[in-house]
Amino acid sequence: MTPTYYLLLSALLFTIGVVGVLVRRNAIVVFMCIELMLNAVNLTLVTFARINGELDGQVMAFFVMVVAAAEVVVGLAIIMAIFKSRRSASVDDTNLLKY
Amino acid sequence: MSSMVLAQAAGEVSTGEAVTFWILGPAALAGGLGMIFSRSAVHSALWLVLSMLSLGVLYMVQSAPFLGFTQIIVYTGAVMMLFLFALMMAGRENADSVVEVLRGQRVLAALFGIGFAGLLVAGVTRALTNVTPAPQLDPNSPTGGGAGGLGRLIFTDYLFGFELTAILLIVAALAGIVLATRDRRNEGAKKTQKELVEARFRGEYKRKTPFPGPGVFATSNSVATPALLPDGRVAPESLSDLIESTTAAQLIAKHERLAVAAEDAKRAEQAKALVSGSSGREGSPGEEEAK
Repeated sequence: MTPTYYLLLSALLFTIGVVGVLVRRNAIVVFMCIELMLNAVNLTLVTFARINGELDGQVMAFFVMVVAAAEVVVGLAIIMAIFKSRRSASVDDTNLLKY
Repeated sequence: MSSMVLAQAAGEVSTGEAVTFWILGPAALAGGLGMIFSRSAVHSALWLVLSMLSLGVLYMVQSAPFLGFTQIIVYTGAVMMLFLFALMMAGRENADSVVEVLRGQRVLAALFGIGFAGLLVAGVTRALTNVTPAPQLDPNSPTGGGAGGLGRLIFTDYLFGFELTAILLIVAALAGIVLATRDRRNEGAKKTQKELVEARFRGEYKRKTPFPGPGVFATSNSVATPALLPDGRVAPESLSDLIESTTAAQLIAKHERLAVAAEDAKRAEQAKALVSGSSGREGSPGEEEAK
């Protein structure tokens, strides 16, 4: 086994996240899929840091975590605001800007 | 022992790490798949927790203990709890609809996913087959993957980025507050008492008055006891729809029994008056009014 396997795992996780965003209709679940993609990228960064024997990848993963935390706060607040006015968290129901 | 140290020095993967990977890697994949396929959003969140926990342990195995613990604390602790809060308030009851808005979208998405995964896996394996990884960093040394080594890097090479992160966090906190607080001038805002009274008398509601409270009697004062109208009938609006009141049914039955008895008594009196003669019939309306 080589550390490349971690990269394969992360590629598969990223794909699952992408498919989830395409398939699921609940906005909060779509958001969770985005979190899964971020996690997959973090695993890639940590693995590259390990392969190179440097810490820079880990620092980048750390920054990704901070950005993800901020993103979750804002994203969930937006979803809650939409839910308050439209009583629905489905991405299909938010279509006021269509056409 | 010495062979293990030599293997680690050459950057090879130890047996323990391989075992951990082959247990937690499939667990992470199962978490991701479970998240996609479970209908309920809360189940999705729990599957995602499994995935994130496995990834956190995988970070620790790859000599990044600080990131591993941060992953568990920040992601599975804070972020997923935030998700569950939002789910409990918003999206829990509306499970994903089975209806496809775009025809064949799910099949196409699955095909796209398989193709994308194939492309990524093929690319990574082709590009990285002959890479010899560097020896694992010691997490306990000041330049390793522990908090010390990361802190040294963050506060020297990445100081500017770190400060931008601080700004980002402050702005995100402010945005969260602004988006979550309810604006008084908005349409969805709660009406004041005065606005509510005016709206009622404008006819925007069915009733002009508030609903009557439940009955308070010597025998019972629970919310399941209905209030009584002046003529002894039950006031149905005094009970909440949620309450299935046996007291109300009993009171209604009693009222009906009394009404039937009163009717019978009246009929008997009229019969008596008929028997006694025409003078009684003239007197009967006056008697009824007196009642």
